[in-house]
Amino acid sequence: MSALQIANVSKRFGNVDVLKEINLDIQSGEFVVLVGPSGCGKSTLLSIIAGLEKATGGDIEIAGRAVNDIPAKDRDIAMVFQSYALYPTMTVRQNITFGMRCRGVAQADQQKALDDTAKLLQIDHLLDRKPSQLSGGQRQRVAMGRALVRKPLLFLFDEPLSNLDAKLRVDMRMEIKRLHNRLGATIVYVTHDQIEAMTLASRVAVMHRGEVQQFADPDTIYDKPANLFVARFMGSPPMNTVPAELEAGPAGLVAVIGRGSPDELKLPLPPIEGARAYLGKEIILGIRPECIAESGRSFGGDRSSVTEVSLPVEMIEPTGAETMTVLKLGEHVILGRLAPDVRPTPGRRHGFALDLRKACLFDPKTEWRIQ
Amino acid sequence: MNRTATLSWNRVAIYAALIFFSLIYLAPFAVVLLNSVRDVREIVGSSAIGFPKELRLSNWSAAWNSYCINGHCAGIAPFIWNSLAITVPATLISTMLGALNGYSLALWRFKGDNFVFALVVMGIFLPEQMKLIPWATVLAELGLSNTAMGLVFIHSIQGMSFATLFCRNYYLAIPPELLKAAHIDGAGFFRIFWHIVLPLSPPILIVTVIWQFTSIWNEFLYGVTFTSGEQQPVTAALVALTSQIAQAPEFGIQSAAVVLAALPTLLVYIFGGRFFVRGLTAGAVK
Ligand SMILES: Nc1ncnc2c1ncn2[C@@H]1O[C@H](COP(=O)(O)OP(=O)(O)OP(=O)(O)O)[C@@H](O)[C@H]1O
Ligand SMILES: [Mg+2]
Repeated sequence: MSALQIANVSKRFGNVDVLKEINLDIQSGEFVVLVGPSGCGKSTLLSIIAGLEKATGGDIEIAGRAVNDIPAKDRDIAMVFQSYALYPTMTVRQNITFGMRCRGVAQADQQKALDDTAKLLQIDHLLDRKPSQLSGGQRQRVAMGRALVRKPLLFLFDEPLSNLDAKLRVDMRMEIKRLHNRLGATIVYVTHDQIEAMTLASRVAVMHRGEVQQFADPDTIYDKPANLFVARFMGSPPMNTVPAELEAGPAGLVAVIGRGSPDELKLPLPPIEGARAYLGKEIILGIRPECIAESGRSFGGDRSSVTEVSLPVEMIEPTGAETMTVLKLGEHVILGRLAPDVRPTPGRRHGFALDLRKACLFDPKTEWRIQ
Repeated sequence: MNRTATLSWNRVAIYAALIFFSLIYLAPFAVVLLNSVRDVREIVGSSAIGFPKELRLSNWSAAWNSYCINGHCAGIAPFIWNSLAITVPATLISTMLGALNGYSLALWRFKGDNFVFALVVMGIFLPEQMKLIPWATVLAELGLSNTAMGLVFIHSIQGMSFATLFCRNYYLAIPPELLKAAHIDGAGFFRIFWHIVLPLSPPILIVTVIWQFTSIWNEFLYGVTFTSGEQQPVTAALVALTSQIAQAPEFGIQSAAVVLAALPTLLVYIFGGRFFVRGLTAGAVK
């Protein structure tokens, strides 16, 4: 069943198009993450879904009911804000029950809902405190409690973890995932942290300049990015993208980098149907940093897919878990992820193993991936 | 050593300058306060400026309830009660209206809100005497001429401008997300005001109340214009008392009356002054 349907939603502020014809169909129980750079319209879209902001055009349906003209309080949604937005002068208990008091829920039911939620989030011992007496993580829990207690059709989260420190963020991320599995709720979650997007989402909508660039499951987003924007935005460090020329080799497609120069490099590519039309033309080749490793590496035990090359090293950055290596591919600088004990010398050539099975090709003009 | 020495010399200079100027500023008050405990013959016989030879509190009791002002020999007390009956309700009403206005202007964006705000604030800059005739007409229409109610009405409306300015600027610091959360929770205009905004407001309400109380208490143009005789607020009575000085010089009693009339705002300053300064610089949400 469709829990949330967004059809042709657009929004203008003055003469700026903040959202352009957004279409998303979200199934019941899905965890959808909206991700994109600052200012791309994520919060605006969330506010429109919540009914806090009016769309300039388009329709929103929640659980099959058109809600365009229904006010926020009657949309049966709950929202968690980046700043938590806890009522500062109320206790945790009052914060959580305020909505129920507004809706006139019976006292006994309020108490039960409060108890259940407090237990679920382990905030029973905080109920009589004011928000100012809570740590960041505890405030975050209370904000979630205020949303959970309503048992809404739809949860909306606007960057709920971005005010927490790194460790707490990881903990809360797992906790949110656990809650989702347990409650089976439908969630729309805004973040600009692509790790959160990858780990939490059943589907990710990548937004840029008020448009959805791609709406797909995390693996598809990562392995088959719809365009250069998605390729460069998702993944940290992002996908390497270098111009190359496409030609037909004896065993299939070949990308030629730096044709005619002494460093000319020919990389065998996986079969890509749409690439025929680009033979002899310029394309953009995309390779994820983890597909570039020290010589001798076999990616997933499959030696046959490995292409061995020798490339000059510019710089290394050992992170402990791996050695980030900046190397030159023709004219271009790219990033590889080497085993932590491999420390190539900057300025020298070094042997690298490339896994090109997931290499992506992009049209240099439209920037869309060649399928 | 040397450094502390120059530092302390600077200190001395600063203190000396500050004390000097406060003395100049406070001198009239000191003269009035001293005269209020001096015998009238002593004042007339020596000078209006001087230390009392003996402390006489009889001036104070006479000023309070038996001295004749405008032919009513009940002292300044009835006029002080008049002033309280005008100032207290007008302060509360204008503060409440200001809070409500400020809340809607700051947190409920509507078409033309900035224009409305500009109009309300313009009230601060319009001279009082310009509004005398319109108010006279309004009071006559409402049948409130020469009543405390009439002045309550005027000051509640006039005071709204400042109260709105104070509250609106304070409420701008309330994060909009708080309002959004409340909308989703199902709270409406008044519930949000009452349960969320008002509990955040004590610092600015204290500022507004102090401001309104002081300015309404000290106001006298409307007082003398729209009331007469026993209905007058204390500032208007002081005008009558001052004009009387030429015929019946009772410097001691008259000084005591002046101090009594100034006492409420003085107390407000002494007990509320620090909240005033703190409230003006406080934000709504830490
Ligand atoms: N009330 C408004 N008036 C005018 N422009 C606005 C308004 N609200 C948002 N915008 C603009 O709309 C664009 C999208 O804003 P939005 O808050 O949705 O971005 P976002 O994707 O949530 O960004 P962030 O990651 O920084 O939170 C921004 O360029 C912003 O300046
Ligand atoms: Mg945002």
